[in-house]
Amino acid sequence: MTAVAVRSVGRRRVTAGVKLFFLVAFVMIFLIPVYVLLATSFKPLSEADPSQAWNLPQTWTAEAWRVAWEKLRPGIWNSIQLAVPGSLLSCALGSMNGYVLSKWRFPGADVLFTLFLFGMFIPYQGVMIPLVQLLVNLDSLAGTQGVFYGGIPGLVLAHVVYGIPICTLIFRNYYVTIPTELIEASRVDGAGMLRTYWSVVLPVSGPAIAVVIIWQFTSLWNDFLFAVFLTSPQNWPTTVMLNNIAGAQATPYSQQMAAAILASIPTMVIYVVLGRFFMRGLMAGALKG
Amino acid sequence: MRRPPYPLKNPRGVRTVRRARTWLPGLLLVAPSIVAIGVFVYGMLGWNFRLAMTDRHSTRQPEEHFVGLENFINIWSEARWHLSVRHAVVFTVVFVLGALLLGWFLAFLMEKGIKGEGTFRTIYLFPMAISFVATGIVWRWLMNSGQDERAVGLNRLFDAIGLPQWAWFRDPEWGMAAMAIPAIWQMSGYVMALFLAGFRGVPEELREAARVDGCTEWGVYRHVVLPMLRPVTLSALIILGHISLKVFDLIVAVSGKQIITDVPAVYMWVAVFDSDDPAKGATIAAYIVLAVAVFVIPYLVWSVRKEKQS
Repeated sequence: MTAVAVRSVGRRRVTAGVKLFFLVAFVMIFLIPVYVLLATSFKPLSEADPSQAWNLPQTWTAEAWRVAWEKLRPGIWNSIQLAVPGSLLSCALGSMNGYVLSKWRFPGADVLFTLFLFGMFIPYQGVMIPLVQLLVNLDSLAGTQGVFYGGIPGLVLAHVVYGIPICTLIFRNYYVTIPTELIEASRVDGAGMLRTYWSVVLPVSGPAIAVVIIWQFTSLWNDFLFAVFLTSPQNWPTTVMLNNIAGAQATPYSQQMAAAILASIPTMVIYVVLGRFFMRGLMAGALKG
Repeated sequence: MRRPPYPLKNPRGVRTVRRARTWLPGLLLVAPSIVAIGVFVYGMLGWNFRLAMTDRHSTRQPEEHFVGLENFINIWSEARWHLSVRHAVVFTVVFVLGALLLGWFLAFLMEKGIKGEGTFRTIYLFPMAISFVATGIVWRWLMNSGQDERAVGLNRLFDAIGLPQWAWFRDPEWGMAAMAIPAIWQMSGYVMALFLAGFRGVPEELREAARVDGCTEWGVYRHVVLPMLRPVTLSALIILGHISLKVFDLIVAVSGKQIITDVPAVYMWVAVFDSDDPAKGATIAAYIVLAVAVFVIPYLVWSVRKEKQS
């Protein structure tokens, strides 16, 4: 080995070491909030003192967790009723749209797709006041009270509709990769559009379905804006309840932190178990770079 | 010589009908979504703009009149509106630049592959899975403005290691810069993932070719890698920018409706629920939509066109 080569190997090692140092330092910074959440949530009230703010609990107790769970439970149930049907419906719509926009195109499909995409970026504040009005009108049309405006069905409707753009995008970008010959062959065999969808496209849609369901479940679970405008107190999902628990002056930090962790568990579990699909959903949100 | 676009022997009408038969079912299948997007996105946006141009300053008011752009102009004479716009600008600048730089830096550190990359990525990205409300609760504790013996959170930590304490988001001048910190914490992992994909998209042969031409490692980076990261940077900018301009959950979770951290989205909420002034709420909402549309529409047109070319 020549001297130059040795020096360059040495330099590369030093660079790698410096990089590793920064990476580890940032991991520690990123995990500070996690430490705070966990350490504080297990503290008894007697240790809720500024001087012990950063200490681990001296006596560990799950009391705050128990109280937080009691307070948050109705919200978690509401969120499940919201996020499960919401993400399934979004998935069905997105899949059909994506199929048509990639494999069964009609004149103007590109313009339409662009118009859809804008729906992904609109600030929902811009539709909120009319949306409330529309949901109230739907209730009086259907002769119901508090189903569309104030209830979970209305919230599901809003999420499914405003989720159409992203779900369509994910499925469309996935279906573009299916060879057109497969579709053509099915067509030649005399299968119509729906038949082809059912027997050729849907069976290979697994990954895209996973991506969309994870994406929609996460955004429905974490949504606060729609929930705060559209639901009445007995239908508040987790995020709104969490904000109210934490916003109350009397709630001790330990309960706030325990509640924040409880509210985050479902999406965290999904992230850890299905991280690969979660990442793909994120990337789809960036369109195609 | 260009071929005619369709066989000339076929009379045009027959062909159109036959073609329509192939695409009509598709259109029908998408029709419900088209109607939904038409009504819920474009219809509602239009309705909101119309409402913003009326004098409906109370929901109990029997009738409304068209007042043109009056609301859009009058709001600029309110001190609170000025404050909330200023806050949104400070927040956006700090958040977008912060998340972009940190995300880029993290991707840069991992770009060449490093032991345990998967673990690092998982940790940097996990805040994305958490709601802004939960994030806000932890960071409100961390950025508590109490100082010295009353200090908790970061102030106590900073005091212990000799760093200066700060009022964080309660700082009247630059509090919104502090408010951007939790948002950076939450979103920079995402930017990292985008940049990492961008870095990995640069073919190794290109770098090698530049090296053979005598480029230093830094030169390769400057002249080969960086230009190829431009599209990713643009995507990241758009995504961060539109999140930033409509930021709502985080602010509500950290400080509620306090004027000291007011932004347009929170002000709109106050206008609708506390002041019962739909026209004003709609006006603020319209401004938020315009601020986002100004850069998102050109971006969408550009990216759809680019995709069509390739």
